[in-house]
Amino acid sequence: MNNKAFLSVLVAGGILMAGCGNTEEVKKEDKPATEQAEQATKEVDLSAELSTYQQFALEQMDQFLLDTEKFVNLFKAGDIEGAKAAYAPARMYFERSEPIAESFGDLDPRIDGRLADIQEEGKGEEEWSGYHKLEYALWEENTTKGYEAVADQLLADTKELHALVQTVEVTPDLMITGAVDLLNEVSTSKITGEEEIYSHTDLYDFKANIEGAEKIFEILRSKLEAKDSSLVATLDEKFKAVDDLLAQHATANGGYVSYEELTEENTKALAAAVNQLGEPLSQMGIILE
Amino acid sequence: MTTSNEEKFIHKKISRRDMLKLTGIGVAGVAIGASGLGGVMKAMGYDVFEPVADSTTASNKVNFYGKHQSGIVTPVQTNIYFASLDVLVTSKKELQALFQQWTPLIVRLMNGEAMVDVSTNSRVPTGDTGEAEGLDASNLSITIGVGPSLFDKLGMQHLKPAELKDLPHFPKDQLQKEYTGGDLCIQACADDPQVAFHAVRNLVRAASGKVEIKWSQAGFNSFPAGGGTPRNLFAFKDGTVNPAITDEKDLNEVVWVDKGWLKGGSYLIARKVQMHLETWDRTSLKDQEATFGRYRDSGAPFGKTKEFDDFDVEAKDEKGNYIMPDTSHVHLARKSGARILRRSYSYASGVMSNTGTHDAGLIFISFQKDPAQFTTIQNSLGRMDKMNEYITHRGSAVFACFPGVQKGSYLGEALFNAL
Repeated sequence: MNNKAFLSVLVAGGILMAGCGNTEEVKKEDKPATEQAEQATKEVDLSAELSTYQQFALEQMDQFLLDTEKFVNLFKAGDIEGAKAAYAPARMYFERSEPIAESFGDLDPRIDGRLADIQEEGKGEEEWSGYHKLEYALWEENTTKGYEAVADQLLADTKELHALVQTVEVTPDLMITGAVDLLNEVSTSKITGEEEIYSHTDLYDFKANIEGAEKIFEILRSKLEAKDSSLVATLDEKFKAVDDLLAQHATANGGYVSYEELTEENTKALAAAVNQLGEPLSQMGIILE
Repeated sequence: MTTSNEEKFIHKKISRRDMLKLTGIGVAGVAIGASGLGGVMKAMGYDVFEPVADSTTASNKVNFYGKHQSGIVTPVQTNIYFASLDVLVTSKKELQALFQQWTPLIVRLMNGEAMVDVSTNSRVPTGDTGEAEGLDASNLSITIGVGPSLFDKLGMQHLKPAELKDLPHFPKDQLQKEYTGGDLCIQACADDPQVAFHAVRNLVRAASGKVEIKWSQAGFNSFPAGGGTPRNLFAFKDGTVNPAITDEKDLNEVVWVDKGWLKGGSYLIARKVQMHLETWDRTSLKDQEATFGRYRDSGAPFGKTKEFDDFDVEAKDEKGNYIMPDTSHVHLARKSGARILRRSYSYASGVMSNTGTHDAGLIFISFQKDPAQFTTIQNSLGRMDKMNEYITHRGSAVFACFPGVQKGSYLGEALFNAL
């Protein structure tokens, strides 16, 4: 109950901030002055859509915090099977709202960094933290021992992220670019099995990224209908094509098969469907003109 | 808590859909959607089938309109980007719409223009990918062909010419499916590698959801300063015996199809031929020349002094040996009696992961009025050809390239009129 009241206050705040975000964002653009002015006058009112999206993202983040807490508790209790089962579903909340979750430069790698990313930055394994380190413990080492502090840190970082996202400004660009970015995430790391190299639960992240993009499309649907209804029909068709393909790899318990079970033909078909969705999805910016 | 929120998330989506259904918006959207990707085309600014003229002012420009498609008897350019595509469209109508959409876009590309005029909305991706900006037409030619599998996929078998079928297996073929076959091809040749690639990239992008790229190969050709036949990566001149591209009569005999919907078109054969450069490079010059039956420096056939000197394959020396060895490439090819128009390019695509050798060779392309001409030559080369030691055929495809287009018409119109 308390939580609900808290949220509605935040949403109201969000609308105000989103309004500010718009003008500021136009100012920042590196455009000739005339073009800037033109764009500013033509700016479409998306305040309702922005607050709907903000509410969605905050709900996802609430849930991410709760599920991370559950995962960390199982992990610290030494329940390896329980923690493994909770791992991928908890991460889906993060993946669904990645455009928002990613806004905080330091926290994203602390929570979601892969060892390869850390090493790329010239850092050692000791600086590696977050979900993927616990993934390594569970699937590679088959233990939780010695990783308790990492689990505590993950929960602390998640709480910090949760507190920070409450202040995030949702702009039209964040939504529209975010939808395409979610698909790009799928195209570059999920489809190659490079996100979850120990647990091979990449298809959970894949599904969540797609759901995150679809949510943005749903929120913008009526604005898009007004501008180009056949684009909406195309997007419906292409989202369905991706969802149908993913459904072929679903398991009876509502999850997904291991990435290792996918053949090259499977991954190629999934990648092609995502690319065919990405091209029309990248046109959602037409509502801004 | 997890479950209840998950339900909430899903429930919201459903109620939103229901609302749309009630208002009728969703239904209207679906009906319009039947026309395929129309929405994206409109959004990207791709006009559907509005004829574009060949520019009269563009520099380094090859004309699109004419009796034949460009890129066949067009003077060979320095670069190729060849792409084999599979279609995703499932009806003849959609296929026709694709060619209608592509036709004016190809004219624009060959004019050295962007795919679409610049949009005022910078919040969406641009209709042209932009990397050819500031470059001229660079003698870009685009050649479109259809493969045998297309006719089977779209239920048009009755219009598939008997000549259009996959090539038979030849000795030493090691065909890999990732370089073989395809429903459609785009051959983009230009005097600039980026212009050629840009053309394929943008045509494929404009047809997102209608085609997908199956395999592709970039290639290059370099011409001596004074002109003349380019050399392949074995350092021999390639294409010496081609019919002259100005000899209408000869071309009618060798290149142009003279019947049916393909009249004025031609069959394109593409072969990805890996050349084993390391073994070639440790072969003596004498043996290299005996492999071809020509001198490397001049390109002249054995026993002659100039590249274009005619020769008699049956001629023998005083000891009774063939002047041009009967295992040489040129001897065997000439003996077949068949002729083709060769338009090949070299490629160098990195390193073979399994051997550490150069992944380099020839993207062999030939045009002929019947693929049997190529088959006859290849069968004559057979197991005898000394060249076999140094090459492996890795890819193969056959396409029927449409006749030329008159302004107001579109690529493949004769095929669709015959349906």
